[in-house]
Amino acid sequence: MELLERFAADDMDAFETLFRQFQRDVYRWIVRIVRDPAAAEDLTVETFWRIYRARARFDPRREFAPWARRIATNLALDHLRTAPSETELNEDCAGESPSDPAARHGVRDGLRRAFRRLPPKLRAAATLALIEEESQAVIAEALGISITAVKGRLFRAVRLLRRSLKQMGVES
Amino acid sequence: MNLPNELRKAVPPLGDTEPRQDLWPRMLLRLDRAPRRVQWLDWALAVLLLASFFVFPQAVLGFFYQM
Repeated sequence: MELLERFAADDMDAFETLFRQFQRDVYRWIVRIVRDPAAAEDLTVETFWRIYRARARFDPRREFAPWARRIATNLALDHLRTAPSETELNEDCAGESPSDPAARHGVRDGLRRAFRRLPPKLRAAATLALIEEESQAVIAEALGISITAVKGRLFRAVRLLRRSLKQMGVES
Repeated sequence: MNLPNELRKAVPPLGDTEPRQDLWPRMLLRLDRAPRRVQWLDWALAVLLLASFFVFPQAVLGFFYQM
């Protein structure tokens, strides 16, 4: 029996194999959205818990990675919604060192603050498309929306970033 | 200003980052913490057993003897 069929049939060894095969990909996807390694690890475990719980409903003919990404994205968005003040850019994920004057006072500092204030849905789309340069098709699938909707979110995110910069008095 | 370029400089891509440790041990803890769900068939068998005790009370002794 194939690995995915065994997983759907409640085989724990198959689940462990899938976990070990995909934990890095799932973690990498989540940390790109939440930009907090500790939270991303928790959310990775939670993603696989939900995957395990839904094993009976999983169709082994489907691909595992997009399904896992979709669940991971929902959890990451929930995290951004419920912990907005805690999802300040982690030191490991922030930009230049504090000694860089441009990072402290310039456009980049303003951009970083404006980015943190984006609504979660726009922030996730902006992170994945503009920063991590993921394909819009993959983002659309993970967010459960169309490519046109992804483009719409990116347009709104950029417009909000420009507006925030303008309010901060930073020329964009 | 090219905003996406500036954004990438302000919030750099994370690239091929990995979890700091293997997450499988944490996954096992999460699985252990999960509440065990009783299947509908188990409930049905329990109800059937209790009903049989009402119909055949003498079966209670036989049941506990077998246990």
